[in-house]
Amino acid sequence: MAQADCLACHADKGLQDAAGHNISVDGDTFGQSIHGSLGCNACHTDISAYPHPDKIAKVKCETCHAGQASELAGSVHSNSDDHPCTSCHGVAHSIFPKDDKRSAVYALNVPKTCGTCHGHDGMAEKHGLPTVFPSYIDSIHGSALTKEGLLVAANCNSCHGSHHILSRKDPKSPTFKANIPQTCGKCHAGITANYFEGVHGKAVAAGKTDAPVCSDCHTAHAIEQPTAAGFRMQSTPICGSCHKDKFSTYRDTFHSQLGALGGYVETARCWDCHEAHDVRPKSDPHSTVNTANLVATCGRCHAGANVSFVQYQPHANARVRKLNPALYFVRLFMNLLLIGVLTFFVIHTVLWLIRSRYDLSKKNADGGPNA
Amino acid sequence: MPEVQEAPAQSHMITKKERYFVRFTRAQRTMHAVLFSTFLGLAATGLPLRFSESIWARRLASEVGGFGAILFFHKLCAIVLTVAFVLHVKEIFTRGIMNREKGIFWGATSMVANWKDVKDLFAHFRWFLGLGTKPKFERYAYWEKFDYWAVFWGMIVIGFSGYAMWFAPFFAHFLPGWALNAVLVIHSEEGLLAILFIFSIHFVNTHLRPGSFPMDMVIFTGVESEEEFKHKRTVEYERLAAEGKLESRLGEKPASWLVNFGRVVGTIAITIGIVLLVLTLTAYFGE
Repeated sequence: MAQADCLACHADKGLQDAAGHNISVDGDTFGQSIHGSLGCNACHTDISAYPHPDKIAKVKCETCHAGQASELAGSVHSNSDDHPCTSCHGVAHSIFPKDDKRSAVYALNVPKTCGTCHGHDGMAEKHGLPTVFPSYIDSIHGSALTKEGLLVAANCNSCHGSHHILSRKDPKSPTFKANIPQTCGKCHAGITANYFEGVHGKAVAAGKTDAPVCSDCHTAHAIEQPTAAGFRMQSTPICGSCHKDKFSTYRDTFHSQLGALGGYVETARCWDCHEAHDVRPKSDPHSTVNTANLVATCGRCHAGANVSFVQYQPHANARVRKLNPALYFVRLFMNLLLIGVLTFFVIHTVLWLIRSRYDLSKKNADGGPNA
Repeated sequence: MPEVQEAPAQSHMITKKERYFVRFTRAQRTMHAVLFSTFLGLAATGLPLRFSESIWARRLASEVGGFGAILFFHKLCAIVLTVAFVLHVKEIFTRGIMNREKGIFWGATSMVANWKDVKDLFAHFRWFLGLGTKPKFERYAYWEKFDYWAVFWGMIVIGFSGYAMWFAPFFAHFLPGWALNAVLVIHSEEGLLAILFIFSIHFVNTHLRPGSFPMDMVIFTGVESEEEFKHKRTVEYERLAAEGKLESRLGEKPASWLVNFGRVVGTIAITIGIVLLVLTLTAYFGE
C-alpha cells in the first residue's frame, strides 16, 4: 500500500479513533522524516488492505532496530510504561536523524528531551527520579549547550550513553565511580592524564574508590567554571570532608578567614597550592608544595615571596605545643592576657556599678551624680 | 600643660552662674574622635574577618561585595589611625623631650602610672566593698591611665602585626618564618581584647556608669562644670586651687549645639560598639 492510500483518510487533521485519540498523519513531515521513504505498513504490519480493523497492533521498532532494542532491554529504561522509543525520539511520524535539528535526540535537544522526565515539573517527583535537569541546565555544560549552541558540550548522552543507560551503581556504567575519569576524559583528555599522575588518580586506578573522582569535586550535573566564585566557595569543604585535620588548621589561617567571606575569591584554596588534578605528596620533587618549589608556588599570589616568607605554615596548629612551640606560647600568652585583663576589669567594673547603684539608692552624696 | 593656658578668660562670664573648666583641648578631642571613628571602622571590618564563618559576617560581606571591600576599609582606617598615632607620639616627643615640658613623663598630670595610682586602685576596691571611703583622684585616674596605655600598647601590637600581614614578603626579610603565623594570632587576639575592653569596660567605666550616664560629655565639649570637676577629680581641683591656677583653667559653658552634637555622635558610637560587642560574643561562644 502506498502512503497516498492511507493519507486519503489520515491526512484529515481531525481524524479520531473510537477512543478519541487523534490518528491523523502530516504526510509532508512524515515524507521528510527518516522513515519517509517507507510505506505505512512497513511498521503497521498488521494492515494490508482497506478497510482495516479498528484495533491495530503496537508498532515494533525492534523489527529493524534490533541492536538498539536489546541495549535498551538491559538499561534502566527497560521497564518504561510508555513506548520506549518514542519517549525519546519523539512523535512516531516525525522521527529525524540525530544530526537533524528537528530530531528530539539532536545534541542541542537532548537535555530538553531527557528533562521531560528528569526535570522538576512533577514528572520526576511522580516517578521518583532525580531532578537533574535544573542543575545541568545552569551548569557550564548546560549553558554552553543552550546559550552558545555548542554541539561538543556534554549533553546527557555524552556521559550516560543513549540506549544502554546503566545505573551508576553498575560497574559497567560510564557513571560508575571508578569509570568517571575515563568518561570525563573522553573530552577532557589532558586533565584526565594529569589526574592519573596525581595521588587521587593513582589511588582510583589501584582500585581505592574512596579517593575522589571528577564528580566528587565538580559535582555530576551542577558543574561550574572552577574559577567561578560559587565553585571556589563550595570546594574547600569537599577536600575537607576527607582531609579533616588539614581543613581544620586551614580554617585557622588568614587564607580561610578571607576566603570564607566570598566576593573576591582569589584567596588560596586547597588546589591553589596543592594543584587540582596533579595532586602530589610534599615529598615528591614535582609537588607544588615540595620545599624546593614553595617560593614559586607562594609567589603565584604573593609577589616578592622569598625563602623566609615560605617558612609560613599554611596549616599551623597553634593548639598543639609539640607541633609549633613558638606559636603555641604566643597564643597562650595572648589568651592569658585577654582573659586576665578582662577578668580583672569585669570584676572591678561590676563592683563599681553595684557600689554606685547602692549609693544612688541611699542618696549618698558620695555616689550621686558626677561621682 | 599648654592647653591650660589656652583656656579663654572668664571675664565675660556671668557671676553666680556655674563655672566650667577645661579638661580637653580641641586637638585632644579631635584625636579622640579620630581614634573612636577609626576604631569603630577597624572593629566593624575586623570582626567579620575574625569570625568569617558566622552568618552575620557572610551577610555583611555579601552586602559590600566580599572581603575585598572589607579589607580595603580596614586598611584605610588603619592608615588614618597610624597617622594619628604617629602625630601623638611626635607631640609627646616634642613636648616632653625637645621642649622639656614638665608633667609629661612624671608628676600629677602625667599619663605614667605612679604610687598614688596603686593606692587609689586598692582604695577604690575597698570602697566598692564598703571597707573605706572613696579615694580622691588626680587629673587622670588609674583606670583612665590604663585605658590610655591599653590603647597605646594595643596600637603598637595590633599595628605592627597588621602591617606584618599586609606586607608579609617584606617583613619576611627580617622576621623568622613562624612569626608570619604568629602575627595573625597576635593581631586577632589583641584586636579581640581591644574590642571587648573598649566596648564593655571603657564604655561602662567612662560613660555608662551611674556617675556619668549616659555618657561623659567632657570628651566632646572639652569642659566640665565646677561641681563635676571638684567631684570627679578632687585632688586636681584642690591642687589647682592651692596653686592659684584654677582661674587659668576656666572655660565657657558649652554651646547647646555642641552638647547635642556630642550626644548624637556619642550615642551612635556607643550603640555601634554595643552591637559589635553582642555580635562578637555570639560569634565567640558560637564557635
